Amino acid sequence: MQLQQLSVFLENKSGRLARVTQILKESDIDILALCVADSNEYGILRMIVDKPSKAMEELEKARFTVSLTNVIGVIIPDSAGGLATVIELLARQNISMEYIYAFTSRRAGEAMMILRVEDTAAAVDILTSHQVKLATHKELIRE
Amino acid sequence: MSMPKQYLDPETECASPEQMRSLQSRRLQHMVRHAYSNVPLYKERMDRMGVLPEDIQSIDDISKLPFTVKDDLRNTYPFGMFAVPKKALVRIHASSGTTGKQTVVGYTKNDIDVWSRSAARALTAIGATKSDYIHVSYGYGLFTGGLGLHYGAEYMGATAIPVSSGNTKRQVQILQDYGSDILCCTPSYAMYIGETAREMGVDTKQLPLRAGFFGAEPWTEHMRQELEAILHIKAYDIYGLSEIAGPGVAFECPAQQGMHINEDFFYPEIIDPDTEEVLPDGAYGELVFTCIGKEALPLIRYRTRDICKLERGTCACGRTLIKMCKPKGRTDDMLIIRGINVFPSQIESVLLSLNLDPNYQIVVDRINNTDSLEVQVEMTADMFRDTLKSLTEIERKIASALHSTLNIAARVRLLEPKSIPRSEGKAKRVIDRRSFT
Repeated sequence: MQLQQLSVFLENKSGRLARVTQILKESDIDILALCVADSNEYGILRMIVDKPSKAMEELEKARFTVSLTNVIGVIIPDSAGGLATVIELLARQNISMEYIYAFTSRRAGEAMMILRVEDTAAAVDILTSHQVKLATHKELIRE
Repeated sequence: MSMPKQYLDPETECASPEQMRSLQSRRLQHMVRHAYSNVPLYKERMDRMGVLPEDIQSIDDISKLPFTVKDDLRNTYPFGMFAVPKKALVRIHASSGTTGKQTVVGYTKNDIDVWSRSAARALTAIGATKSDYIHVSYGYGLFTGGLGLHYGAEYMGATAIPVSSGNTKRQVQILQDYGSDILCCTPSYAMYIGETAREMGVDTKQLPLRAGFFGAEPWTEHMRQELEAILHIKAYDIYGLSEIAGPGVAFECPAQQGMHINEDFFYPEIIDPDTEEVLPDGAYGELVFTCIGKEALPLIRYRTRDICKLERGTCACGRTLIKMCKPKGRTDDMLIIRGINVFPSQIESVLLSLNLDPNYQIVVDRINNTDSLEVQVEMTADMFRDTLKSLTEIERKIASALHSTLNIAARVRLLEPKSIPRSEGKAKRVIDRRSFT
């Protein structure tokens, strides 16, 4: 029930993000979700892609620093309060969140959030036991 | 502005070339006998070269003598090259941190006199008198800066104010309330004092302060103008290194056309750093000093690693003491940052101690007249975490380890792998953007 996210270290200089997207394009890798966290001097590019291992291999070949991180894809109703329910569940269990970003879902009425928490296994347990829908990698690709 | 012509020792400072050579010859002979008899390293080296103390008849024979390098002091750490028994020592100093071992320097009562007198000549040259307050903002401690100028001030009968470095608002307060006449510190600290005064709303034009001796780190003509403008003083350069004595080995006079070397105590030569051949006056090469007036650590032909040239003749100030230019570089990779000696190898060992790959580059710059040190470290897969928090934590950890080893603050910046340019597989470790010309 966990997704593998690709994290890439990028210096804040022009052309670096373009280089990553270029490599992924040449390797025929589809980016399903993406977000960038940045400080003054560098950023971390986080992506969910259709072929994470292949993407990692290609980026490392091009001398990028890359890691794979387990994250959770939470499917929530695309309506007011949809996210609040999920966040409250985790907060009540004192599971702290490292970061969160939104994902485009192609299914009407649904939204998807990518969550990175300290204790991924515990978070998955809590969410599934409360009937929160979690995305699997296979489902994402099939969509 | 008329040039003050004040001398502490006019007969030496304005001696004829013949008088100076005869004094130097006599002192060299004495010193070589002393070093040969009391420092095993010199006896061994001279024996191997087949040179005896009797072979040294005049200062010209100095080229027969062996060289000394910093490693000789390190290898005999701490006291192995001292030429006098412990009971004859009155003071110990040490060089600012270098890899592993410091170089330790000892002084007898007479050595302190030689050094104090050298610093006193310097202070007198820039117009200090017995009724002046000499404000010493160099650090006091193992570093020679503070006590060197302090003793120099006392030696000539002026009043030393041992403020030491730090607490900059108090420095300004003292300049104002005591009415300090002459300031002694590193040029970058002087600039900081000037800026602090401005921030405090103190008008430096109204202060009695009229001159400053600034040394222990390289600085430029441009910085002199800025210092003179911000502090409303005349800014002078002073040179020294702990192995030889400390500040006062050489000093600028009001003519400001080079620094006069106290050559009756510290005999200078310029050599080709590769062939060790002595070069003529006016040629750039490595500056070498022989202590001809000191007892505890009588270094012979000590290689300073400073690139410099010498100029002989009578100066506009009236002195005949030989002059050296501001050193224009180093023969080794040592950097002087905010008065502290930094070797790239120290940075490498810090990274290794943190289990990091030593893929780094050092960028030194001078921003607002203060040296800045940035250490750039290439990211590796092992180091990489996907949150900013953990990357900031890595930077902080490296910065704090660097600070405790180098004694100066460094900014740490993480780079992508292989982003440091490599030529022939070897990375260029140091980028020094400061200009000293």
